[in-house]
Amino acid sequence: MTPQAAERAVQTTNAIEVRNLNFYYGKFQGLKNINLDIVERKVTAFIGPSGCGKSTLLRTLNRMYSLYPGQRAEGEINFYGSNILDERQDLNLLRARIGMVFQKPTPFPMSIYDNIAFGVRLYEDLKRDEMDDRVEWALTKAALWNEVKDKLNQSGLSLSGGQQQRLCIARSVAVKPSVLLLDEPTSALDPISTGKVEELVHELKSDYTIAIVTHNMQQAARVSDFTTYMYLGELIEYGVTSEIFVKPRRQETEDYITGRFG
Amino acid sequence: MDQMNMNLYAKRRRANWIGLTLSMAAMGLGLAVLLWILFILFRNGLSAVDIAMFTRDTPAPGSEGGGLRNAIVGSLMMLGLTVMVSTPVGILAGVYLAEYGDTSRTAELTRFVTDIMLSAPSIVLGLFVYAIAVATVGNFSGYAGSLALSLIAIPVVVRTTENMLRLVPGSLREAAFALGAPRWKVSLMVTLRAARAGVITGVLLAVARISGETAPLLFTALNNQFFSTDMGKPMANLPVVIFQFAMSPYENWIRLAWGGALLITLAVLILNIVARVWFRDRTQG
Repeated sequence: MTPQAAERAVQTTNAIEVRNLNFYYGKFQGLKNINLDIVERKVTAFIGPSGCGKSTLLRTLNRMYSLYPGQRAEGEINFYGSNILDERQDLNLLRARIGMVFQKPTPFPMSIYDNIAFGVRLYEDLKRDEMDDRVEWALTKAALWNEVKDKLNQSGLSLSGGQQQRLCIARSVAVKPSVLLLDEPTSALDPISTGKVEELVHELKSDYTIAIVTHNMQQAARVSDFTTYMYLGELIEYGVTSEIFVKPRRQETEDYITGRFG
Repeated sequence: MDQMNMNLYAKRRRANWIGLTLSMAAMGLGLAVLLWILFILFRNGLSAVDIAMFTRDTPAPGSEGGGLRNAIVGSLMMLGLTVMVSTPVGILAGVYLAEYGDTSRTAELTRFVTDIMLSAPSIVLGLFVYAIAVATVGNFSGYAGSLALSLIAIPVVVRTTENMLRLVPGSLREAAFALGAPRWKVSLMVTLRAARAGVITGVLLAVARISGETAPLLFTALNNQFFSTDMGKPMANLPVVIFQFAMSPYENWIRLAWGGALLITLAVLILNIVARVWFRDRTQG
């Protein structure tokens, strides 16, 4: 680490600390002994070839895998000190605090307004005007308010792909989580929508801890503060983004980011 | 293109032509039968359709004229009650199978029993209801009729609901879970909503299926010559009236039977068309 990076590391707190994490899809081991810190209010990017386990790692952080019997994780994931892999962990509460946005936009089959309000109503009992404010706030955060403010009662499915994805981000932001997990959020979007989502990530990190999985290395370089390179279920290298992209310590990382991989 | 490829191409064209001809013929045959049925029904039944059919009750033996008012009202009431019972039961069971059960023992058993019920002869269900709800009470009733019809409708609703919910992409379910929603809310407010067009279609098709059922009503609702809205008593209904009148020697009865048959067929046809159009327009949510 450079002195500058070391200094930054000292000042920060870790939102999530992953310790000796192993993950299994039935008998197949998807993640091998992962150790990783996700720093509060920073953007951490996960890069690596398809099947390297980066999405799997993201899905352990909100226990999404628990929906599927046969998938299990061993080790520790400490979220502000408490191990979320503990079987006593309330998964609904956890997911309300660690939000997730998926690869493909997934608007609910309801109005734009209700798409946002759905998650908020789960844990908060707001009056009508408070809810109106929250919906406006979340849509503004997701840079979508100006485009939809006159059609909040229309179906969320009536929006374009890029707008739908920003609606999904707004929906996650609306419940005020502390961490946002983004699983290839722009892979189904055109360059203009991608640019908007990237700007958004930049805006959001002042309030949220963000972990983003991406296939696009330029994107990782543009939006993230820390980058993790993974390969075949192992974490190969982890560090400050500018260093990883300029001067990676491991040869494998360099081969991947310079396109000489495989 | 060389000769080999041309031969192969000609062979494929021939196979394509044969396949297309066979399926067109099959479609033509099906369509012809349907049109034939409609033609016969219209030719014989249309003359019976008039105001009196909806305003007068089934005539006594030997008397002139008459209508089907009591049978139409009885059928609608029993169908209404059946829908009110079988829709919630069927949809909830379907939600259980698709969202909760998955591979559990209970779910597999439920699926198995539902499939058996789907193919059970309706006369057997009629006899069963006769044994438990008519013989024990001592009289035929509209309630017993509805019960028998529900036993036919529920499995249809269960299976269509489950199938439609399985078509909802898993990503939508995950997105709702990712907000911290409990499973029941995800099921009822997101996935069921996404599948609602298909689920409603299932209910409409179940109604279409049971609206012409005669056998289960013969042993349960029986019939009633008079106008009655008391579901605790024997109740007039279209299928049984058609059955009785069609076999009678009276000319006006036979005419009314044709009229009733036309009425049911049109109602089922319209219901099917509505269901399909609805489904086509609403699959996008």
